[in-house]
Formats: sequence, structure tokens, C-alpha cells
Amino acid sequence: MEKVQAMRRTSIESVQATSELFRELVEHLRQSRTQLREEWAQRITEAQLLTAMSKEEIFAEATSVYDNYMEALKTGTFEALQAYARNLSERIIPRGVETREVIGIVLLLRDVLARSLFAKYQADFALLNRILDAYEPAANRIAITVAVGFVQERERVIREQQEAIRVLSTPVLQVRERLLILPIIGVMDPQRARQLTEQLLRGIRTNRAKVVVIDITGVPVMDASVANHLVQTVEAARLLGAIVIITGLSPEIAQTLVMMGVDLGKMNTVGDLQGGIEEAERLLGYKVAITGEASDHSLRG
Amino acid sequence: MEVPILKQGPYLIASIQSALSDNDMVRLRDALVEQVGRFRSRGVIVDVTALDVMDSFATRTLRDLGRMIRLRGADTVIVGIQPEVAYTMVQLGLTLEDIATALDLEEGLALLERKTTAPGNETSSRGR
Amino acid sequence: MRRAPVDAERQQLHSTTSLGLASARNRERVLEETCIPIQSDGDIVGARQNGRGLAVQLGFSPSDLTLIATAISELARNILLYAKRGKIILKLVEQGETRGIIVTAHDKGPGIPDISRALEAGFSTSRSLGLGLPGVRRLMDEFEIVSDVGLGTIVTVKKWAK
Repeated sequence: MEKVQAMRRTSIESVQATSELFRELVEHLRQSRTQLREEWAQRITEAQLLTAMSKEEIFAEATSVYDNYMEALKTGTFEALQAYARNLSERIIPRGVETREVIGIVLLLRDVLARSLFAKYQADFALLNRILDAYEPAANRIAITVAVGFVQERERVIREQQEAIRVLSTPVLQVRERLLILPIIGVMDPQRARQLTEQLLRGIRTNRAKVVVIDITGVPVMDASVANHLVQTVEAARLLGAIVIITGLSPEIAQTLVMMGVDLGKMNTVGDLQGGIEEAERLLGYKVAITGEASDHSLRG
Repeated sequence: MEVPILKQGPYLIASIQSALSDNDMVRLRDALVEQVGRFRSRGVIVDVTALDVMDSFATRTLRDLGRMIRLRGADTVIVGIQPEVAYTMVQLGLTLEDIATALDLEEGLALLERKTTAPGNETSSRGR
Repeated sequence: MRRAPVDAERQQLHSTTSLGLASARNRERVLEETCIPIQSDGDIVGARQNGRGLAVQLGFSPSDLTLIATAISELARNILLYAKRGKIILKLVEQGETRGIIVTAHDKGPGIPDISRALEAGFSTSRSLGLGLPGVRRLMDEFEIVSDVGLGTIVTVKKWAK
């Protein structure tokens, strides 16, 4: 029992000693702020990091990073630093700053600060060791926090872009009241086919569409599963009460469909997009302008 | 759960209000097949907007309903199938085959109007 | 169900799309579990509504919720058609980063003599069943069936929230 208490006392004492050291080193780094920040910014430029940014910008960011760094060292809490790293990443990612640059500058700062600690405590090697024991884990954790924050932000941006591309790649366009056009361009996979079908069905409902023209001129190849998806899309649209016209079947795709024995009775096909729209307008009861009327006029006139 | 059947002019309209059990579905089918003769109706609309699931039994019962009604001399339109429900049905391989469908009640009535007043000039989605 | 040794009577069919079922089973952590007895056609509606209610907690898309509810409906109806009674067990599970729903249909009915035939599209021994098992398999991410003739059938399907 006594032994345990003794051990606890020692550990408390050592914690107190460590935090004492910590206060001291943070105080030192804060006092040398102007000089160390200058040196750091200098080394960033020398290492040709953050080339997309101007000298003034680098200095401004260096100041913020330095102060956040001190805050994290002093308080041992990383939330503020994390938030700052995310915010910084948000600003610099669009400017093309690379992951290696971000990691590079944080490691440079770690080194600049460490050197300054070496210089200050070089006379007392044992003390220097204890100072570094306190400094290194905190500094490494800061480096990891900033790097991870940057990478996470980058991943988020990439995910957003992927989503945007997916949505853009299957636009559902309303060309007239009750008429939708869905031009499909590129290779279809099951995931895209599903997304396309869901988007089309929602489009039919919100636009109260009656006829849909799906143009597959831009689809290079069609295998059995894609053909199957296409048939399913047509059937699902029909369940909502819409008529689907498929246009732009290439000779190769026509051959594939027939060879695979796809039920063509369910498919309403027209040669090209223009023909498809004309057919759709006819189905919708639009009067298609007839050239005969013009000649009638000229005869009467 | 009883499905109310409204008589509107020459048409019968059944609006399903909530999820139906298999027995409810069969009762609805029988009631419509019976009433279409009693009221000498020319068309039947079944509004399934409230159904969040149409499984094999529901689809089959609606398909049978449409065919029975046709044998009784009237047309059927199923209206209001939800996009997610339609997607699931085709994934399951279920279709209503030759039974006509429309977006909603309004569209369904317009479709019946065209079918029953102008035969031979049909622009329904049937059979396409 | 009695675990009979593998013989001609007993058939097992595993079907997995992305994750190996046998290896994955141990790593699933159950978050929530419900058991619904199936004895009448009203229970089918209850089971699928229950399943949708659970699945919605995992953030499935509206389409996925409909797929799940429909699969439960088909499985529950199979129980009623072939075994007269049984149960549907719904489980929300977590496996590493992903969460999903597991639906298990248990019955002590006559069992399925030829499972591979029952899984062929279009095959059905009951006129009113429509596409039954192959359809359910298409709706979900994973599918597993164990059937002992004379003892019963267990169908397990899973869907993961993406």
C-alpha cells in the first residue's frame, strides 16, 4: 500500500516536473517568436515549398501556424489546431498546394523549434534531454494532426468532385413540357445504371413527364448486363406512366441486342435523337409543322 | 383495411390509403370486378400512391384485376406508383405487362377519357 | 433446427457478392434485434414495416429502404405459403466501418428438395409465388439459404448501408 502511494507520488512529481519543463520551453519559444517565425518562413522559401503562395501570404500563414502551434503545445489540446488545419487546407487546396508541401512545412517548423531548444540548453545535456522528451511527442502529434487534417480535407474535396461528375454525367433534361431527354455518354456500369434509373424516375415524377427519349449514341459498347439495365429502366419508367423512346443504337449494339435475344417488343426505338424528339412530340399531341401547309399557302396566295 | 371505391361518372376510383395485406388486396380486386358490372363502368382507376411496397403478390393481384376488368368490358389504369417502388419492381422482375399506368389520378382520368371516348386513337402507354 | 451431418438430404448454398459470409459472420456486432412471428398475411405487412423502421436508422436511401421492405415481404410470404408459420428475425449489425441489416427467415416447413432449382429465375413450385427467391437475391447484397427436407428452411439476406 505504501509502496503504491510512493509510486503515485513519484509519478505525480514527474508529471509536475514535466509540465514545469513544458511551461519553460513554451515560454522560451514564445519569447523567440519573431526570430523563429522569420527563420521558419525563410526556410520554407529556401526549400521551395508553398511556391503557389506569395512571400507575404507565407509569412501570414506562418504566423497563424506558429501561434496555433504554441497554443497546442501549451494547452495540450488539439481541437483548435485541427480546426485551423482544416480551414487552412480549405484555402490552399484550390491553389494546388500538395500534401508533401504541407507535411514539409510542419516538419520544418518542428526542426526550427528543436534547434532553438538545442541552442538554449546546450550547456546542460541532461536538461536538454528532458526538454526534448517533453517536446518531441507533442511536436510529432502536431505534425500528424496538421497532415491528417490536410489529407482528410483533400479526400472530402475529391469525394465532392466525384459526386458532381456523377450527377453531370447523366443529366435529365426537360426540352418541352412533359418531355425529358436523357443523353447517356460513356461506359455504363451497374452502379451508374442504377443511379441513372433512379434519377430518371424522380425526373419523371417532378416534371410530370409523359415521354422520355433516352439517347445512347454516346454509349460505345453494350453487354448483356447493360442491355438488361436499359430494359429495366424502360420498364420502370413505364410503371410511372411514361413512354420511353430509345435513340442512337449503333449497328454494333443493334447486333448485340438481337444476338442476346433482348425482348425488342418492349423497346420503342427511333434511329436518331431528332427522330426520337419528333416521335415524342407526336405522342404528346404536338402539331409538327408540315411543309405541305406552306406550299398550300403559296398556291392560294 | 377497407379500400374506399368512389364512383365518378362512368369510372370507378379505388384509392388505397395505407399498406394492404394480401387478403385486403384480393378483396379490393373482387369488389372492383363486381362493381364494374353493377355500375356499368367503362373504366377503373386504382391509386397506389400510398403503397410503399409492391411485392410479387400485390403486382400479380393488380395484373389479374386488370385482366378480369377487361373481360368485364372495361379498362383499368394503375396510377401513382412511386419511383422507388417502380425501381424495386423491375429489380424483382415484376411488371404489370399489358395493364396501363399513369403518373397520378388526373393523368389516369385523362388516359381513360382518351381510351373510352376515342377508340382507335389510343395514346396510352399500354403495350409499349 | 437439428444440425444434421452433411448428406444427400441436406443442401446448403452460399451466395456472396463482395464479402465472404463464413469469414464475415464472426466480426458482425449486433446493434439491435427483433423477432416477428409469421402466422397470417397481416404479419407480412408488420414484418416489412418493422424492417423499414429499423433500416431507416442506418441511413439507407429511399430506394434501398423499399428494396429491403420488399425482400422482407417476399421472405415472409414464402414462410406462409410453404410452412404456414415461422418467424422473421431482423438485426441491425456493425462490421468494421459499415453497418447493415440482416434478415433471417426461419420456418419448420417441408424444406426445399432442390435449392439450385429454386434459385433459377422463373422457377417456382407455387403458382402465386412469382419470382420468389431469385428476386430476393437480386434485391440484397448477400444471400444464404440452408434447407433440410422435412425439417425446415433458413434464408439469410443482408444489405449494407453504403
